[in-house]
Amino acid sequence: MQVINKRAGRFIVEVLVLAAIFSLGQYMINTELLSQYYEINLTSMCINIILAASLNLINGFTGQLSLGHAGFMAVGAYISVIMTDKMGQPLIVGILAACLAAALAGFIIGVPTLRLRGDYLAIATLGLGEIIRVVLQNIDYVGGPSGILGIEKLTTWAWLFGATVLTLIVIVNLINSSYGRAIISVREDEVAAELMGINTTRYKVLAFVIGAMFAGLAGALYAHYFYIIKPDTFNFMKSFDILVMVVLGGLGSTTGAVIAAIFVTALTAALQAFPAIRMILYALILILVMLYRPQGLMGNKEIGRETLNRLWGAKK
Amino acid sequence: MSLMEIKNLYKSFGGLSAVLNFNFNMEENDLVGLIGPNGAGKTTVFNLITGVYKPDQGSITFAGQNLVGLPPYNICKKGIARTFQNIRLFRDLTVLDNVRIAIHKDVNYGFLGAIFRTPGFFRGEAEIEDKALEYLKIFKLENKKDEIASNLPYGEQRRLEIARALATSPTMLILDEPAAGMNPQETRELMKLIQWLRQDFKLSILLIEHDMSLVMGVCERIFVLDYGQVIAEGMPEEIRNNKQVIEAYLGEEAN
Repeated sequence: MQVINKRAGRFIVEVLVLAAIFSLGQYMINTELLSQYYEINLTSMCINIILAASLNLINGFTGQLSLGHAGFMAVGAYISVIMTDKMGQPLIVGILAACLAAALAGFIIGVPTLRLRGDYLAIATLGLGEIIRVVLQNIDYVGGPSGILGIEKLTTWAWLFGATVLTLIVIVNLINSSYGRAIISVREDEVAAELMGINTTRYKVLAFVIGAMFAGLAGALYAHYFYIIKPDTFNFMKSFDILVMVVLGGLGSTTGAVIAAIFVTALTAALQAFPAIRMILYALILILVMLYRPQGLMGNKEIGRETLNRLWGAKK
Repeated sequence: MSLMEIKNLYKSFGGLSAVLNFNFNMEENDLVGLIGPNGAGKTTVFNLITGVYKPDQGSITFAGQNLVGLPPYNICKKGIARTFQNIRLFRDLTVLDNVRIAIHKDVNYGFLGAIFRTPGFFRGEAEIEDKALEYLKIFKLENKKDEIASNLPYGEQRRLEIARALATSPTMLILDEPAAGMNPQETRELMKLIQWLRQDFKLSILLIEHDMSLVMGVCERIFVLDYGQVIAEGMPEEIRNNKQVIEAYLGEEAN
């Protein structure tokens, strides 16, 4: 009984903390304490957190090097815009359709490619991500290479915050369950996992599909905030950006992915005024991190309740 | 009916025949040893049984069911668990997680239950942890449950591997050189443990071992493999005095 009470108490505290963060954000946006510029960056941050956390599920926890994450984001972005802009549906329908379509794309791409390992998988996913982009370029219905312009801005702070929290909760809960341990065992030793009764193919596809689904969610939010989507936005460099966040944060650490996503977005924003040195500095930071902390900022550690409990205990 | 029956098993890698016409059978609760010089094909036989390799020819039946062509995780679910010659733990995970992963196949809450944290999830997780701790207790590893597996000393890593195999609740346990790298004291303890496991868990055990004191000490029947073929089969006494076996290990006598 006490366990249940403790769990319920913790749950209430967490809900209150989240509500407070949300209200603070909403208040600052409403009163324009947060200028347009910062609001755009905040939006990018939320979208990047979703992208990095979902790619980390595939690359970090399952250990399958995927380089096609932007492709799934593109699927989500385009499907959601078709739903809202062309079919006149509300955003929620667009988002659900985006998630479903991206998950389906993940399944279709995952089943054949996840038989491959390491470099081969990376190349296959890279190629398939590019195929999605090229296909979009050649469909006139969605504007071909120039994409779709003038998308209604439907993505609000509530959507962004809700989607980010949902993504993180689903991924964290999944990883801290028996299913998550099965997924991690694939990364650790595929042969041993298989011989301990884990259907490794199933868990690889599962992680891939869930990762793709959240990339689709990020794509839908992106499309309905930035007015315009075109195939080139979702090219290989976008996939690479997400991968950089995951590697920087530490493969297999959700907190690491979140921190790195925030850091990279802030860095990109801060260096926007100096486009010439931006890429140089970006590369330099990566080289330094790889030299001095090759496991990423967080390694495979997490900051969670246990860390907080420890800190709390240390203070007392 | 035999618990496991293998008939005319063949496996070759390129031009090398690793297993040639291998025939084998064991009964329930048997404790059988598989020995032979290095490169005789012992581990290949284990890999064929557990589905890591597909045989070129031949049949493997376990409790009346065909095993050939099944994926390894399915063979595990049928009740065959194994350890590895060169330890293959989930190195970066804790001792507890290593064992919990082996219990995953019996997980009794759903995928959505995990995401929504239903009461069933908490109950299921508690059950898995209790079970895992029981296995760790058997192998005296319960106070190391939060240590990272690769930080354990060698002997404990070997024990953890057996604990993990046992956690899949098998009826047949396949041990690939369980005593490799252990000192004589540890080997003696392992012998006792193997015999105890067999009785307490009603296990049938098949083991590869180079440590003859262990093989001769615990096995009731021994198969000797050389160049992929069974060259002798019988009780430890018979094997000890078998001329072909001595030749395989030490070479022919000069006349």
